[in-house]
Amino acid sequence: MTLTAPSRSPSSSPSRAAIFGANSGIAVAVARRLAASGARIVLIGRDGEAIAASARDLLVRGAAEVVEIAGDFAAIGTTGDIVERAWTAFSGIDLALIAYGSLPDQAALEAAPDAVEAMLSLNLASPAVLALHLASRFETQRSGVIAVITSVAGDRGRKSNYLYGAAKGGLQRFLEGLRHRLYAARVQVLDIRPGFVATRMTEHLPRGGPLWAEPDRVAADILRAVERRRAVVYTPWFWRVILGIVCALPRPLFHRTSF
Amino acid sequence: MPISGSRRSDYRSWGGTVAGEHLVYRPRSLADARAALTATGGASVLAYGNGRSYGDVGLNPGGRLIDCRGLDRFIEFDRQTGIVTCEAGVRLADILAALCRPDPDGSGWFLPVSPGTRFVTVGGAIANDVHGKNHHREGCFGRHVLGLDLARGDGSVLSCSPQSQPDLFAATIGGLGLTGLILSARVQLRRVVGTGVEAEDIRFAGLDDFFALAAESEAGWEYTAAWIDCLATGAALGRGIFSRARHHAGIGVPPPALDPKIAIPFALPLSPLNRLTLLAFNTAYFHKLGRRGRRRWVGSYEKVLYPLDKIGDWNRLYGARGFFQFQCVVPNTVARDAIAELLARIAASGQGSMLAVLKTMGDLPSPGLLSFPMAGASLALDFPDTGAPTRQLLAALEAIVVAAGGRLYPAKDSVMSAETFRRGYPRLPEFLRYTDPAMSSGFARRVGLDNRLREAA
Ligand SMILES: Cc1cc2nc3c(=O)[nH]c(=O)nc-3n(C[C@H](O)[C@H](O)[C@H](O)COP(=O)(O)OP(=O)(O)OC[C@H]3O[C@@H](n4cnc5c(N)ncnc54)[C@H](O)[C@@H]3O)c2cc1C
Ligand SMILES: NC(=O)c1ccc[n+]([C@@H]2O[C@H](COP(=O)([O-])OP(=O)(O)OC[C@H]3O[C@@H](n4cnc5c(N)ncnc54)[C@H](OP(=O)(O)O)[C@@H]3O)[C@@H](O)[C@H]2O)c1
Repeated sequence: MTLTAPSRSPSSSPSRAAIFGANSGIAVAVARRLAASGARIVLIGRDGEAIAASARDLLVRGAAEVVEIAGDFAAIGTTGDIVERAWTAFSGIDLALIAYGSLPDQAALEAAPDAVEAMLSLNLASPAVLALHLASRFETQRSGVIAVITSVAGDRGRKSNYLYGAAKGGLQRFLEGLRHRLYAARVQVLDIRPGFVATRMTEHLPRGGPLWAEPDRVAADILRAVERRRAVVYTPWFWRVILGIVCALPRPLFHRTSF
Repeated sequence: MPISGSRRSDYRSWGGTVAGEHLVYRPRSLADARAALTATGGASVLAYGNGRSYGDVGLNPGGRLIDCRGLDRFIEFDRQTGIVTCEAGVRLADILAALCRPDPDGSGWFLPVSPGTRFVTVGGAIANDVHGKNHHREGCFGRHVLGLDLARGDGSVLSCSPQSQPDLFAATIGGLGLTGLILSARVQLRRVVGTGVEAEDIRFAGLDDFFALAAESEAGWEYTAAWIDCLATGAALGRGIFSRARHHAGIGVPPPALDPKIAIPFALPLSPLNRLTLLAFNTAYFHKLGRRGRRRWVGSYEKVLYPLDKIGDWNRLYGARGFFQFQCVVPNTVARDAIAELLARIAASGQGSMLAVLKTMGDLPSPGLLSFPMAGASLALDFPDTGAPTRQLLAALEAIVVAAGGRLYPAKDSVMSAETFRRGYPRLPEFLRYTDPAMSSGFARRVGLDNRLREAA
């Protein structure tokens, strides 16, 4: 006898997941939740040792199977091949999560604009190309979810991070169009917009306070949005309110803010 | 990429009475953890688990700290034998959530030993050789550790177990983080007939009844502990509620959620826990079992093992000044009288807390050289920090414990004297042979365990 139903029902979570940028703090949290529901998971990342450690961890946490693939997403020309290998690992993908990215130092980029190209390439061009490779396969499969982590930074250009914001905002527009395209094929395109998350990316910032979220909280929001077939999810939820206000600020007022 | 640390002053003890500036490293891999350990910086270094120690054992003010919470990967689990291998920052809560889900018949793997909170790391559980309500049956946590990998300040990594490097292993169990950095450990989980429990709460009128109940429950109940009304005096001295529980065949309950239900967002400037609320609570709580004074129920182990985990950061309820925790164990021969003396002293002071816990400890030997548990009775309670009066009371209690031949628990302590520590832990000289000269802590310096101090002496 079991007093309460055993936590998650396996049917509600995708059974085959591929995670691009699998060593990201947010991605690890998502993978652990998927593992607990018995999913088969493909991990793709550039740090082989970290990916291998994560694979062992996910197996203990309940993943049915884990496949590791080495990949550097800065090399955009290789993303087609990476998608091919991820797709064939379990003959199809139910959930593809694109999680990699880098948070640049805005001031450094302004001082040395040549570095902007690489930043835009990793945060915008690369995930867009990767998603296109995925899209044609999902279109044929006629089911599944392409989930991509953008950021609340993409919602309105601000002086403190408009270069990163441009990449993430561009990615948001791209996903909007891709969603339109894949609607007929019943493929969900999810645009994930986190606020401040305590991962390696934000290690250098002073943390704490109500605006900061742990990766597991964000992971829970992501999987709930997948289940509910959402188009856009702000995580935690209050960022939708904050960004609503930020975007509604009249320009003369906005220009006097310093964030 | 070389790992770098950052200067921070937000690492404090659970009781909130110890803080300081640290150079903090937050490694996310075992390789980074080793690099952080050997990073030059001159200053001493210490592993930090999940910060659930009440005093200064987990802090190294002015020195370096390696925050192990990013070392949170499982490495292997054998479902047949119940042996789990994991990195040192995996929390007991993670083991419960990932590995202790019941089979359809209710049975399952379970933590062999767990302290009163599941939010402690495996490394922290080993370094304090923690005990739980089942001490009389299973002993302390270290008895169930099959082996561990220990990184030392000289860059080496040693595999320690009862078979290989047994002395260093014994020193590391309960070694307060002073023998090196535990990277990973192998722990034997325990098979239980049901993950759910059958529990019973029984009101008792005084210490004699407590000891009678403890003796009567020893054989049939694996988890026992009592809540004591620490304000009761005279004839009511030592009254309380005895709780006992055991796993129940066929009843499976899923592990509790990983995040607490209620959160206390910040420390209040003034604590709502004062003498009046305390008196009201204790009186009401003592009578909660109604006329019969006894209640039996079957359900989740969360209420038995982790009553406080439902409230996140409950320590903030004590306000910005924080609080002290006191936990001692006194040997059986004098237990009845020593506990009575402690309780009388506490009641007379009017200080004390809602949560005073009395428990008997069994005689299963601990593998650690500095393990706290020993056969006898253990009393634990909190005291809001009111300055000098609290310190005077703590000193008086410490004297009673020393006179009784008992000891204080480093995991809970921030005031005991070096002399009290030395007398309570007779295997200390042996232990000192295995400490790592790179490691130190606030506690080590306070009680004279620090290598540099020792050499200078
Ligand atoms: C509500 C509550 C109830 C409790 N109940 C009990 C109880 O019933 N029984 C009991 O025994 N204790 C109890 N405790 C105390 C707690 O179990 C111990 O303090 C435990 O050691 C805390 O573990 P941690 O992971 O938070 O480590 P920390 O408190 O951060 O560190 C504890 C020690 O472990 C060392 N350490 C941590 N990680 C490593 C590592 N990787 N390698 C080497 N050393 C390391 C640190 O240096 C330090 O000396 C309780 C605490 C709380 C808050
Ligand atoms: N943290 C936040 O506050 C926040 C807020 C909004 C949006 N986001 C977005 O969330 C996503 C995940 O970030 P995170 O917070 O989880 O940070 P993270 O832990 O730093 O993860 C970023 C990941 O990107 C990977 N990566 C970077 N360049 C790569 C490359 N060329 N090839 C392969 N992998 C590469 C990194 O790989 P390595 O592990 O090998 O270095 C790392 O695992 C990112 O898109 C980020 O922009 C984060």
